[in-house]
Amino acid sequence: MPRDALEDIEIRLLLEAVKLRYGHDFTAYSPVSLKRRLRHWLSESDYDNFSQAQAAILRHAAEFDGLLSSITVNVSEMFRQPPMFRALRQHVLPFLRTFPHVKIWVAGCATGEEAYSLAILLHEEGLAPRCRIYATDLNERVLQEARAGIFPLDRVRRYTRNYLESGGRGDFSDYYSARYEHAIFAAHLRRNMVFAAHSLVSDGEFGEMHLILCCNVLIYFTAPLADRVVKLFTGCLRPGGYLALGARESLNHRSCRADYSEVESGLALYRRAYEA
Amino acid sequence: MKLSLLTAPSAIVVGASLGGLDALCFLLDRLPASFPLPLLVVQHRSADDDGLLVAALRAAGHLPVREPQAGEPIATGGVLLAPAAYHLLVEPGPTTGLSADPPVCAARPSVDVLFESAAEVYGPRLLALILTGEGRDGSAGMQRVYAAGGAAIVQDPRQAAAASMPGHARRAVPQAEILPLAGIVTRLLAFADQAPAVRRAPAGRRQ
Repeated sequence: MPRDALEDIEIRLLLEAVKLRYGHDFTAYSPVSLKRRLRHWLSESDYDNFSQAQAAILRHAAEFDGLLSSITVNVSEMFRQPPMFRALRQHVLPFLRTFPHVKIWVAGCATGEEAYSLAILLHEEGLAPRCRIYATDLNERVLQEARAGIFPLDRVRRYTRNYLESGGRGDFSDYYSARYEHAIFAAHLRRNMVFAAHSLVSDGEFGEMHLILCCNVLIYFTAPLADRVVKLFTGCLRPGGYLALGARESLNHRSCRADYSEVESGLALYRRAYEA
Repeated sequence: MKLSLLTAPSAIVVGASLGGLDALCFLLDRLPASFPLPLLVVQHRSADDDGLLVAALRAAGHLPVREPQAGEPIATGGVLLAPAAYHLLVEPGPTTGLSADPPVCAARPSVDVLFESAAEVYGPRLLALILTGEGRDGSAGMQRVYAAGGAAIVQDPRQAAAASMPGHARRAVPQAEILPLAGIVTRLLAFADQAPAVRRAPAGRRQ
């Protein structure tokens, strides 16, 4: 049997084992991209092949944590899509202002860059006290990092540039303090943030949101899973609420497309229709 | 995955870096509007590059050029260009895939990522082409294309604006054909002629 065909079998078995043992289902992730991440993880591990790795992953949760981070964490940066944050200021904040309490969901938040960017924006617009940001990820380990709000100091320059391009009104350095090689976000940004474990693959709806951000997550899913996730968003987005996706994502091929209108052409910002 | 291997028409994957724009324009200028195979192209570019590259490639020839989203069917002719700051992949279908994973060979989009994923889905029905550039991105990918039975072509390093990327590719796959740009055009046209009939995706098909 060719080596690649054998490896395909091993990967299927590993994903099945992970699903049974830990409840995380990766079988609807885009397979070629997932395989790339799995191979990368294997090449940096002590195992020669996935069969060998599977035994350790089944028996040692710590091994699984490493695998999970390797195949799910999406590295992001503060204000990664300046045009999106400008559009949020322009179109979405006036809508949020009309409510006494606002709920925002950052789905697949990884290490929290989008959630903190949003917190800064809400702070500058005077909306922070009445907003709650729910930042979720399936990976507890990255949630801990997100909660800590510490980032390497060498990213400050790029973050500052993004912040200014996204329409920042203050000084980015007001939002963190530097210690040695790291910077920690100001505590007030975390005041209205809730970090929670949630899997877009298997968990259900929660809350009625005014805004949902989910950037560079759907690109890793096959069409049926992406449809499921957008349906989940639709179910917990109040009528007139907004959905923001990554720069290269859209609802064009999603089954729920008709429930949304595009806010600005060329930008993955959508508004849920009031009545069907 | 097996099924898509049987029914997928052929495709061409292209990797280029420094000097690549001129080389790509040369090729696109000489390919007819009726060229039936999809060309998936990675040209190394900076993360905040906007629509300039697409516009230049559109103006260069007769084929439609676009930066795809994830999950689009790869059906007929035309150029699918890897967008800035994302890797372009081929997923079963064949459909396009995108990833924001870290750079490979210091590049995102990376030629290796495109080539390896395309080899996975197209197997022997693939032609991989490395053009001018600096660095070694594309070499590992080209090895995989060749190992899966696909064809490998490298621009003659002596005629490339930057010789190191095609040079590395040639050493990685010694069986690759080494051709000047004009010879590459001839080879692409011949590959399209031999390729199994290209079928359009049925109208209204869900992806």
